[in-house]
Parts: sequence; structure tokens; C-alpha cells
Amino acid sequence: MDGFVFPNEAEVQWSLLIVLYPFITGLVAGAFVVSSLYHVFNIKSLKPVASFSLLMALSFMLVAPLPLLAHLGRPERGILIFLTPNFTSAMSGFGYIWLFYLILVLTETWLVFRPDIVFYAATTSGLKGLVYRTLTLGMGGMSEEDQRFREKAIKVLAAVGIPSAALLHGYVGFLFGAIKANPWWSTPLMPVIFLLSAIVSGIALLIVMYVVVMKVLGRPVDHDCVASLARWLMAFLVIDLAIEGLEILSMAYESEESWEVVSQLITQKIPVSYFGIQLLLGSLIPLVILGAVAAQVRKGAASPAIFAAAALVLVGVFAMRWNVVIGGQMISKSMRGFTSYTPPLGGREGVLAATVLLMLPFYIFSTIVSLIPPWQRPVADEGEAEAETPEAIPAWEGVDSRLRRSDWDWEEATRR
Amino acid sequence: MPISRRRFVKLGAHAAFGGLLVYTLRGVLPKPGAGTADAEVDSAYDSYRPEDHDWAFVIDTMKCIGCGRCARACKQENGVPWEPGCNRTWVERYCFTADGEVHVDSPEGGINGFADEPLPEAIRDKEITKSFFVPKLCNQCDNTPCVQVCPVGATYKTADGIVLVNRDKCIGCRYCIQACPYGMRYLLPDEGVADKCTWCYHRITRGRLPACVEACPVGARKFGDLRDPESAVSKILAERNVSVLKPDMGTKPNAFYLDLDGAVV
Repeated sequence: MDGFVFPNEAEVQWSLLIVLYPFITGLVAGAFVVSSLYHVFNIKSLKPVASFSLLMALSFMLVAPLPLLAHLGRPERGILIFLTPNFTSAMSGFGYIWLFYLILVLTETWLVFRPDIVFYAATTSGLKGLVYRTLTLGMGGMSEEDQRFREKAIKVLAAVGIPSAALLHGYVGFLFGAIKANPWWSTPLMPVIFLLSAIVSGIALLIVMYVVVMKVLGRPVDHDCVASLARWLMAFLVIDLAIEGLEILSMAYESEESWEVVSQLITQKIPVSYFGIQLLLGSLIPLVILGAVAAQVRKGAASPAIFAAAALVLVGVFAMRWNVVIGGQMISKSMRGFTSYTPPLGGREGVLAATVLLMLPFYIFSTIVSLIPPWQRPVADEGEAEAETPEAIPAWEGVDSRLRRSDWDWEEATRR
Repeated sequence: MPISRRRFVKLGAHAAFGGLLVYTLRGVLPKPGAGTADAEVDSAYDSYRPEDHDWAFVIDTMKCIGCGRCARACKQENGVPWEPGCNRTWVERYCFTADGEVHVDSPEGGINGFADEPLPEAIRDKEITKSFFVPKLCNQCDNTPCVQVCPVGATYKTADGIVLVNRDKCIGCRYCIQACPYGMRYLLPDEGVADKCTWCYHRITRGRLPACVEACPVGARKFGDLRDPESAVSKILAERNVSVLKPDMGTKPNAFYLDLDGAVV
């Protein structure tokens, strides 16, 4: 503690878990936007990660409410946010927006992977086969008409998903931006800043995960795709940095009463995580790397640099969440002092709990991709590149040759 | 018989002790008709109509002596945990030094008073030009950020203007604690729910004064009904210079400060 803080401000109320919450929902929003760039705007270079990013969004989506729930003083009453919402509260929308978005992501994932599920259901036996047959929801066959409807539905859902992603994460920004009692939070730009940094972090994680997963599986990395992601990352990062910079610049230039305490916060309390990590390491350096890479696109060679830039961006966005959530609470409402916060290692809101929560989406992701690997689609969509032929995949030895893509016959296959 | 000086002092001491004894026992011994007094209080509560009242608080910082009795009385009356960080009301000490600096402190919310509280290190050797105490309590705002942000409607404003928390409904998200510009709310450590000053709602609805008002030995805290033009608070608001804390927040507080220094937040 430093200076005078009100007696009830001895402790920071929103802990590390609340730093995690906007970080995770941001990754969801960002990953979904990439998926939609392919499905709606038909950006072909993103095809290798289109369904990959969808599964990533789903994995993080499932974990998103957990840090909030774990943080509640009375977690067993968390359901009240659905049952008796008070609609003047920004937070009351959380349950509904999350649920709506979850249904959207789930439905789109199911539709995108439906041919895969139907294929696996028809070709897999045992417990795993049962899982696939359950996932078909009793719709084991696919007619031409089904197929046309499915393609249309995917496009519509992906299109709806873009404003929804904006809603989901813009809303998280509003949660903070609407608190007039806190000069570091209270700005109408907050939803925009949160949304842009969400997209930035989602693209960055997608680059990191895609490259790592491909390396681990020993599969080739699509360098065109990574380069395309890098360009999108750079574009959103520039806008994000510009808005964040404008925000702090206008605060400093106008120098209202609250600037005194805000300037002390960023120069004395969080200078390392703000200037050092969020701005320099997590924004400016990646921007320089991405810019340099974009200037000399040589296939393949650029990927390690892009990977490094993406990893730095992720660190930077996490620091940004920390600086907003924790930094804001360090300012006493007396405007005459600061409280401090160091997360404990153990406990419900400690570093270990946060680490487990942050690892959980990756575990969920690995479970999902073991069922429906997005990099090894057995059935290609109309107009898409050829699906990998089962011959190339050893695990598929013994699969009835009638099920191969070349002579794929839905009716016959699903009659079994 | 002339009364010696010694005997006079002795008599006086006896009288004083006797008076003190009677004064003390008055609260302990059953009074005649004590049962009916309770019944009166209960019937006062039964006939209490929230919509007939508009409660207000006036704090006179020039009168406060920083004894901390209000803060202690509040903790006892409302079962507020004694640990720091749990305060429904507290007292701040403002010290202005000759070099133009302002120093504020409120150790443990001032529950121990400031008589034995040494000055902060930073100003111990400086010339203090001005100093006063500022009692703080919930402003029971008309435009309540805390009620606005509660996601489940666990906190609400009564018809007589008091903001209360339903402990059976609060989920402990602490959004209200973030939203209150005055730092009035805190989380009850054992219950995991938000808590705040209620102006002793259980007392004022039974025709009594809030505990802090009753405990104040100098009348620095005044409480009353603005619907009653003859009440002390009504008269002060009509005749004196009052202000509220952080008026720019637009919260429209119902706690008013008499002749408040501009440095107070």
C-alpha cells in the first residue's frame, strides 16, 4: 500500500482469475473471427486453419465461465445470473451471451464436421464408434440436399458469428469501461480495445497452436496460411495499438484530475507490465518483426519469425488484461494512494488454479481433435481441395475401399 | 455544623458515584414496563411505512473529534467483523501542512480513535496548518452505481431511500464493490457476500437513531427525515452550506457534509 487507500480497499477484489477471464474469452472471439474470415469472406489462404480455429474457439469457450465461477464468493449461487438477471447490470448479460455464443460455436462445429462424423460413425466400431454415432444425433445419412443446406447454414452461422464475437468480447470491455468509479477503466473505448486485442490474441494463439500441432504430428506446415495469418495479425495489431495509444494520449493531453493518479499508476506501479511487456515486447517488437517479414515474403523462411511474433503478442495481450484488471484496482478510489497485489501460489484464486484453468482448454482441444482431427478430413466439401486419401493415413488401413473419397457413396455407406 | 473541605469532597464523590451507578443500572435493571417498551418498538416497526420517509444524514466535520466511537459502535451493533477491510463506517484524519501538502490516514478505519495515533512519519516534523476529521458512511445515493451493476438484483433501494443487500441472494461477484465510487462496500469474509452500511435500517424502522449517531458524543453525525421540515437535517439543508462527496459522479448522495473542505474525496 502506498498513500491513503480507503479502509475497505485493503485487498484487491478481482484476482488473477478475473485476469484470465477476458484473456480466455478474447481467444475465443479471435479464433472464431479467423474461422469466419474463411467461411464468410472465402479467404482461401486460411483454409488449413478454418476448422482448426473453430475447435480452438470451442475448447476455450467451454472453459470461459470457469474462472468467473471459481472467483464468486458464493459459487453455488452462480446460476442466479440466468434465473434472476438484473438487466441494468452489464454483468447480467454474461450468462445469456455466453450460452448463445456457445450454441452458435457448437452448431457450426457440428455442421462443419458433420461429414467427418458421419464417415467415422459408419467406419468405426466399438466405444469410439458409439461416440461418433451419438454425435450424428441420429442423422447418419447425408443427401445432396442435406449437403446444400449444410453449406448454406455454415455460412450463415459464421456470418452471425462475427457480430456475436464482437458482442461477446466488446461486452467484456463494457464490463470494465462502464465503471465510472475507476478512472483507468471508465472509457467508451474500452469495448473497442478489448475487441481488437481479442482478435489479435486469437490470431496469435492460432498461429502458435497451428505450428506447434503440425510440428508435433510431423505434418507439413502450410506456410502460405501462416503468412496470411501474420498479415491479419499485423493489420489488427496496428489498429489495436493505435486505439490503445489514442486512449492514453488523450488522457495525458487532457490531463483531467484523474490523470495524476493514472500517470502514477503506469509510471510507478505497473511500468514493467505496461510499457515493457504490453507495449514494447507484446506490441511494438512483434509489429516490427511482422513488418519485416511482410516486406520479404519468402515461403517457409518467415514462419519461425512469425511464430516468435505471435508468441510475444500473446504475452503482451495477457499483460494488457493484467494491467487493466489488476492495474485498475490498484488505484484507490480516494485517488490518494495505491493498493498492491501479488497473486498467491495456492488457493482457489492462486497461480496454480489459474494455470490449471489455462491448461484446460488445451486438454479439451486435444480430446476433440483426437475424435475429429481437422487436419485430416476424410471427406472434402464441394469446391474444396481434395481430401486426404485414406491411403496416405496408416490408421485407416482396412477401411472399406467403398468409403474412400473417390467413390464415396453416402447412401451405401450409411446403410451399414 | 460546618462542613469540612474533606467531607465536602467526599460527599461530592459519593454523589457522583451514586449518580453514575444509577445511570449505569438504568440500562441493566429491568425497568417498570420494560416489556411494554419492547412491544412499543415492535409496534413501531409494524406500523412503519417506508414510503412515508426520506432519510438523510448530515455530517459536521468541524465537530468531529476523531474519537472513533461511531466506528466501534457500528461494528458492535451490526456484527461487522473486526478485521481491517470490513468497515461500514470509518473516520479519516486530514492534515494540511505549511508546504501545501495534504495527508490523509484512517488506521483500522479509526476504530481506536486518533488520540493516541501518532502523526504519519511524513508530516511529523512539519508545521500543520489545518486538520480535521471526516466520518464516512454509505451515501445511500439516489442514482446508485452499486444497485445498477448487481447482476442478480441482490442489492436494492428501499422506498425510504436506503440501499440494502439481500445476503441470501448475493453471489459474491464483487461488481458492486468495484462500482461504488466511495469504497463503502466490502465482502464479508465468512459469508462470501457483499455488505455495506444500512444507516442501521433495523433501528431507524423502529423509530431509533443509527448506532453511530447515538454513539457520537459531539453531535457530528445527524440523522433525520427530510419529509419532516422541522427535523434537524431538513433545517440544516435549508439554511446551511452543505455539499456531497464526488458530486461529479452523479450519484446524488443523501449524506451531506457541512462546510466540507474541497480536498475531501
